[in-house]
Amino acid sequence: MANADCIVVQGSNMAECHPVGYQWVAEAKARGAKIIHVDPRFTRTSAVADKHIPIRAGSDVVLLGALINYVITHDLWFKEYVTAYTNAATLVHSDYRDAEDLGGLFSGYDPETGQYDTASWSYEEEDGGAVDGPGDGTEHGSDASARAAGHQLGSGGPPLEHAQVQRDDTLQDPRTVFQILKRHYARYTPEMVQDMCGIDVADFDYLARAITENSGRERTTCFAYAVGWTQHSLGTQFIRAAAILQLLLGNVGRPGSGIMALRGHASIQGSTDIPTLFNLLPGYLPMPSVGRHDTLSDYLESIASKKQKGYWTDADAYTISLLKAWWGDAATAENDWAFDYLPRLNGPHGTYETVMGMLEDKVEGYFVLGQNPAVGSSNGRMQRQGMSHLKWLVVRDFNLIESATWWKDGPEIESGELRTEDIETEVFFMPAATHVEKAGSFTQTQRLLQWRHKAVNPPGECQSELEFFYQLGQRIREKLAGSDDERDRPLLDLTRDYPTDEHGDPDAESVLAEINGRHLTGPDAGKPLSAYTQMRADGSTSGGCWIYTGVYADGINHAANRKPGREQGPAASEWGWAWPANRRILYNRASADPAGKPWSERKKYIWWDQEQGRWVGDDVPDFPIDRAPGSQPDPAVGGQAALAGDDPFIMQADGKGWLFAPKGVIDGPLPTHYEPQESPVANALYPQQQNPGRLVFPRADNLSAPSAGSSGADVYPYVFTTYRLTEHHTAGGMSRWLPYLSELQPEMFCEVSPELAAERGLEPYGWATIISARSAIEAKVLVTERMTPLTVGGHTVHQIGLPYHWGVGSDAVVSGDAANDLLGVTLDPNVQIQESKVASCDIRPGRRPRGEQLLALVAEYQARAGITIGTGNRRMTDPGAVNLHSGPGGDGPDDGETRQ
Amino acid sequence: MARRSFLQWPVVRQLSTGDLLGRGPAVTSPRTRAIAPRTATADRVVQSVCPYCAVGCGQRVYVKDEKVVQIEGDPDSPISRGRLCPKGSASEQLVNSPGRQTGVLYRAPRSTEWQHLDLATAIDMVADRFIETRRRTWQQEDEKGRLLRRTMGIASLGGATLDNEENYLIKKLFTAAGAVQIENQARI
Repeated sequence: MANADCIVVQGSNMAECHPVGYQWVAEAKARGAKIIHVDPRFTRTSAVADKHIPIRAGSDVVLLGALINYVITHDLWFKEYVTAYTNAATLVHSDYRDAEDLGGLFSGYDPETGQYDTASWSYEEEDGGAVDGPGDGTEHGSDASARAAGHQLGSGGPPLEHAQVQRDDTLQDPRTVFQILKRHYARYTPEMVQDMCGIDVADFDYLARAITENSGRERTTCFAYAVGWTQHSLGTQFIRAAAILQLLLGNVGRPGSGIMALRGHASIQGSTDIPTLFNLLPGYLPMPSVGRHDTLSDYLESIASKKQKGYWTDADAYTISLLKAWWGDAATAENDWAFDYLPRLNGPHGTYETVMGMLEDKVEGYFVLGQNPAVGSSNGRMQRQGMSHLKWLVVRDFNLIESATWWKDGPEIESGELRTEDIETEVFFMPAATHVEKAGSFTQTQRLLQWRHKAVNPPGECQSELEFFYQLGQRIREKLAGSDDERDRPLLDLTRDYPTDEHGDPDAESVLAEINGRHLTGPDAGKPLSAYTQMRADGSTSGGCWIYTGVYADGINHAANRKPGREQGPAASEWGWAWPANRRILYNRASADPAGKPWSERKKYIWWDQEQGRWVGDDVPDFPIDRAPGSQPDPAVGGQAALAGDDPFIMQADGKGWLFAPKGVIDGPLPTHYEPQESPVANALYPQQQNPGRLVFPRADNLSAPSAGSSGADVYPYVFTTYRLTEHHTAGGMSRWLPYLSELQPEMFCEVSPELAAERGLEPYGWATIISARSAIEAKVLVTERMTPLTVGGHTVHQIGLPYHWGVGSDAVVSGDAANDLLGVTLDPNVQIQESKVASCDIRPGRRPRGEQLLALVAEYQARAGITIGTGNRRMTDPGAVNLHSGPGGDGPDDGETRQ
Repeated sequence: MARRSFLQWPVVRQLSTGDLLGRGPAVTSPRTRAIAPRTATADRVVQSVCPYCAVGCGQRVYVKDEKVVQIEGDPDSPISRGRLCPKGSASEQLVNSPGRQTGVLYRAPRSTEWQHLDLATAIDMVADRFIETRRRTWQQEDEKGRLLRRTMGIASLGGATLDNEENYLIKKLFTAAGAVQIENQARI
């Protein structure tokens, strides 16, 4: 980021939530870069930016779409980059219909499932056919959504049947991606931005000029976002919109370019790379699904076709190496490398569905590991009620967090909904080791693995997760030893030959070595692999996470590399280890022009050295090292060999950056604006109000407020958004028990504008009660001009800011009401992340009622708004406005009722 | 009381020590001179990484008598260049917080209070429950006879401060046991 000429921070409060990372933004600014903060609130990020642009929460696609339109209509896109490196010239199949033509829906919408058949979005083949997905063809959106297939794209693009696409390099054919893109965003104008985002035309113009004047051969612009973009029912599309804009401006793969995901937890990147997620295996391999992945060959065919381009074609080697790492000699060619040892998915099994499963008494046991869902997950009441249905609960943490104590001091005890003496759940609290009491690696937000050495032993009975799960596994295996039950084989055959210390605890570095992988046969048997390209599909290699291969090359723990930064160049390649292959900037082939020369001296990074016949530069080149810029191999050969010299996106099935996504993004090939699940504003762009693909949960414990145009919307007239403070961490488990941090931020508050305070009679530093369709909480009132009332659609929209760190319990140094209790559960269909950055509420002065009266207050609001289980949950706002199927039209957009 | 010598006059001290502005050694009290920072008296310094956000700031952990006495930013880190935010700076309290739990606690069904359990007993009890729930809720096939090989009776939600090696062992064990509902803050 320090190399950027312009930085747009949107969907993030970087200066407060990533303060030390923000030094690089400050450094860029000191060198003359322009810093712009787009956010509903004026924060400390805004205070040190050149400009703050207030925006209505959830309207980001309108703004980004208008920037795309501006770049195209003003002819400011980076022509050589776009034509050579993106899919702008690729032809899309003639069956495709855009949302512009269908009232806000794309072709293929299936009203039964609420998802798309994405076949009509395909690239065109030479004979007029469609470039399908691999194997059995394109997966239906409802299946892809159920397994949150979007997550699988964490290290590369979706698969294609083959890469023999049709192109029109003049970009004039109306079916080129470029022309489709141009038409799709034509109505995303500065006036629309003013009307929907509340951003005036002058501010839009400032932003548009800043990013376009700071892009091109000589200059680069960088975007940074955090959960302000992800936690929406349209979150994936926010990021896609930024990706399209950055590709058009040539801002991917170059110094000071890109879209920085500012992740909020020490190893949240690592937690997706080596996932504790239901839908993934390590390295973004999918968990097998019934019907789609019944055999190993079905599974491998679905991940990538051997005829597409790039490195995903070796998924068989990555998969079989993983199975060898887990099941060793029990994984053989005869038993398909123990593929049937893997359990199967047959629907969405994400954390929110799991909680609903608890409420239906389907889940008996629950491990909560360094997480505080009673406070930190949306619809906190549903979380706590769900836990009260468990037979047994294991909470592992440093302190007695609210998720460990809800049975005696949670909000439902106070309200009388639960009685401690009636709760059957057994609760085990297991004390955990801190980060300095164990060795291991974190993967930070730039994919960099950094090893922590152990400083001291954990006190008392505190244990690391490594120790606990190793010992639990040993105990389970001892108890099952001698079992002849076939279902126990995967547990009993598991490789677990980690060296242990005098306490019987495993050596973390030996686990890292297993993750890295090793040669199993031949002269190098037993030696660590040094690159994932050494992995084989014949059982001769093992490796627990292919993208991490190389971290333990030559038997050296490269995550522990610690050459001081001041003794290295800007890439600092000898500090830690970044996946893949220690590359610091991904897709860095794009930092050179199609002929292999740097776009400019100023932005030089990786280039082709004609004499050496290889790519060289300041980083590890992210390209086949000796593939000359002008190479044009036959795409039919498939794999990395099929990558042309101008295919910098080596993990994409066609080698190009995708402006239009023919596969993989299940709620639309192009980002399209829809309003949040709850909104006081009607969608001015389309008759379709909300994302038609969003995942809704119409339940009595998860009600939604009516949106604009529906009766009762004025009962919850305000927008609220949730956020973090510098001095606290998420649900407070690692901050509200620390005296220093608790003193710095002692109590829950809400940020409101002076105008809203006047409208509702809120006193500065007095109490306010905030009421949503789910719950009501109280908070101290902070009246501040940092909150700006916006004029949207001719009306004033007030936004309220709520930090979400506090929870109701009795053990923390500081406690308070939890903002997440106000939120409902509506999910993005690609990745099943909840919409927690925007929802509707009312606010009034004074503290909330206690006991049963709290429930009565919430119910009184629900009744006044006329809320039913169906409110807000109809997927198609007005089926009559869309010509998808015959039959009667809908009930009109006004009643807000579902027909489910 | 002894008379103060001429040499102790402030101006003389400022001139003789080179501390012309009187902000350093010229005005240091004997007590201050006699003490040393915890970072100087530590037995060893261990390199670590901050456990809060994902910037990944370098930390130096100062240990004396097998206790963590201070945590500072690591100036060697090309990411953080020695800086820490309020949370990272407070992380010594994460280790030494007075409210930290160091023993296993158990709450029996319908009980109103915790009781203590020793660690080995607790792990054994959890293992028993794991096996029993897995047996009771096992799904071998779906209604069409296709392999499922799993339990929907056991779930997990992990924080994103877990190490890669820890996540790896958790995923490996749970997957082998057929427990598919393993989730993480990364979903949230």
